[in-house]
Amino acid sequence: MAKAVRKAKAGSDSSRPRKAAGAPGREIDADQLLRYYRDMLLIRRFEEKAGQMYGMGLIGGFCHLYIGQEAVVVGVQAALSPGDRVITSYRDHGHMLACGMAARGVMAELTGRRDGYSKGKGGSMHMFSREKEFYGGHGIVGAQVPIGTGLAFAQAYRKNGGITVCYFGDGSANQGQVYESFNMAELWKLPVLYVIENNQYAMGTAVGRSSATVDLYRRGESFAIPGRAVDGMDVVAVQRQATEAVAWCRNGKGPMILEMKTYRYRGHSMSDPAKYRSKDEVTKMRAEHDPIDQVRKRLLESGGADEAALKEIDREVKEVVSQAADFAQASPEPDPAELWTDVLKSA
Amino acid sequence: MPIEVLMPALSPTMTEGKLAKWHVREGDAVTAGTVLAEIETDKATMEVEAIDEGTLGRILVAEGTEGVAVNRPIALILAEGEAAGALDAAPPAAPVAQAVPAAAAASAALITAPAAPAVAPVAPAGPTEIPPGTPMRSMTVREALRDAMAEEMRRDPDVFLMGEEVAEYQGAYKVSQGLLEEFGAARVIDTPITEHGFTGLGVGAAFGGLKPIVEFMTFNFSMQAIDQIVNSAAKTRYMSGGQMGCPIVFRGPNGAAARVGAQHSQCYASWYAHCPGLKVVAPYSAADAKGLLKAAIRDPNPVVFLENEMLYGRSFDVPEIADFVLPLGKARVARPGRDVTLIGFSFATGLALAAADELAKEGIEAEVIDLRSIRPLDHETIIASVARTNRVVTVEEGWAACGIGAEIAAVIMEQAFDWLDAPVQRVAGKDVPMPYAANLEKLALPQVADVVAAAKAVCYRR
Repeated sequence: MAKAVRKAKAGSDSSRPRKAAGAPGREIDADQLLRYYRDMLLIRRFEEKAGQMYGMGLIGGFCHLYIGQEAVVVGVQAALSPGDRVITSYRDHGHMLACGMAARGVMAELTGRRDGYSKGKGGSMHMFSREKEFYGGHGIVGAQVPIGTGLAFAQAYRKNGGITVCYFGDGSANQGQVYESFNMAELWKLPVLYVIENNQYAMGTAVGRSSATVDLYRRGESFAIPGRAVDGMDVVAVQRQATEAVAWCRNGKGPMILEMKTYRYRGHSMSDPAKYRSKDEVTKMRAEHDPIDQVRKRLLESGGADEAALKEIDREVKEVVSQAADFAQASPEPDPAELWTDVLKSA
Repeated sequence: MPIEVLMPALSPTMTEGKLAKWHVREGDAVTAGTVLAEIETDKATMEVEAIDEGTLGRILVAEGTEGVAVNRPIALILAEGEAAGALDAAPPAAPVAQAVPAAAAASAALITAPAAPAVAPVAPAGPTEIPPGTPMRSMTVREALRDAMAEEMRRDPDVFLMGEEVAEYQGAYKVSQGLLEEFGAARVIDTPITEHGFTGLGVGAAFGGLKPIVEFMTFNFSMQAIDQIVNSAAKTRYMSGGQMGCPIVFRGPNGAAARVGAQHSQCYASWYAHCPGLKVVAPYSAADAKGLLKAAIRDPNPVVFLENEMLYGRSFDVPEIADFVLPLGKARVARPGRDVTLIGFSFATGLALAAADELAKEGIEAEVIDLRSIRPLDHETIIASVARTNRVVTVEEGWAACGIGAEIAAVIMEQAFDWLDAPVQRVAGKDVPMPYAANLEKLALPQVADVVAAAKAVCYRR
């Protein structure tokens, strides 16, 4: 995608994060930054489009947008290897795109059409891709945490060297089943990385109003699970911390917790006017910490890319999203016979 | 006259046990509370204490003896001043329990209490899936369940067992006896007491390609985890458009045991049977327990496998077939008859069979259907029976409201209304939380006499 603008050393394997990226004081590879830029932008534009389509009545029910939090999933994904698994909550569109699931399949699920990832039967919160090792998309707050721990259990059982990244929010962080999972994960040294996406608000309740302690990365302390706080608006910081954490989990040391300090610009869901916080707060966050702007600035200042190159990426991303939207509207509704399928698997 | 020490019962269902060890010798002085001996069953160990003062006159059953019947005299105690010659003069015992279980030792899990309601006789063997002439072996439901798990674990390395006390303790009800030794700690896994968490973990492991067996110490505790069972295990296949699957078995004792009170005595059949995406199985006999559990483990869907503590120790004939697997979703005609159909599952099948014996004495030939599977429910077998008998009584230990009997009655209304000669009657648990007192508990649970009365009512007989 970035052939015209790349400054990277020839022959480098751009599909894997490089050691140098984690070393403090060293500038990250331009290739990587461009990829993060493109991946984050794809999520941003996809979510904006989803928001528009929701407003037009093309998407129904619940729709939780990821705008503002893009650096978290893109940075963590950059630290993973083939065979690693991902599971998250209902704010899942960004995770699916970061896992490499097709934008058009995700969008067609949002519109409830037969070419959606769940044939239109799951919706925004319930999509999966075995091929991309994405295990949902879970609508019950916190339920993905024991499930993700179980995915890691299966990896440990099979001794296949894989790890599972289990994302959950600051809201989930107070759920009892999270701590039941922490206990077993550490007890059995399961290869699971818990990524707490602390976007400051569980629906409309600020962390400080719902949590007796707000340093969520410390929530594993009584189980001896190490945790770190990470600037979740900085994709490079996320990628560096995630790389170390993934190595920890993969080396049989058990689980780890990364608390990503992040921010969602939009409401909890489409029906949330976000009256519980000030406009200034959101504006300030966007102006000073936007994850995409940060990478953009970095690329331009370091000479990693010029305006024209970034514009080309913008154009390409817009095209992908626009095609996804068209596809999602053109795809037919599921056949009525689909009502009765996929309840049970024949033995 | 010497006092007889009798073989005690650890639980209402125990009929015999092993005299493992004598702690006293003939001639020793004993006082009330002296530990005399240890007895064992496959389920638990307990100590026998003296309740009287005196001298141990004679040991009647040597240590190490297996199969000692409950209430058989195991020793004689001479009262103070009583001569040893009195030992030979002792008449056959009037069965007065002279030994009491040491309460602490008897409480193997959360259960076990003396004084059992009368148990129904064993069903005549007659499952249609077993070819005539197949050699049979008598075994308990507990052993059958254990064998089913062991066979499936040998067959498929992805099958593993997890739950509270399943490994080192050998199972709270000793169902997983010996599995840890054979399969090791990686496949027989003791969990913390966190049903919500370990159930979700099991579901995740199933999503991740394994075939977990999750044991609940009782299904009452599955309420902690019902979100993971229903919202995650049952619905994900559908929500993923068929991409995901959840091959998992949730098993453990369900329904009333004996004297364990309201929080440990509920039947969850209708709760789980309500949900599409689950299969729900509730066997009665040991053969069904084995064949259905093997099928449940192989099934690619989540299966809720409801066992019954009162049946664990009961013996039935099990076919000696190398790989005995029964189909899920098929009921069994446990006893053919022409006058009235009695439909039960799990423990209630025993009640129905006992009632059928009683009814036969009065010239009423009852057909007994053992549902075996609650979801899918075998409409075909039910309707075919209604067409023969035209009268139906449902029997279940759970509550009637929104229960399995209610579902069966509705199915019959919809599909066999014209065959009915009388309204369907439900015999069910009374609409109260389970009381503790023995007499109240008996009143709360369906009894054979209730089934007999209901059967006569639908036959318009007194």
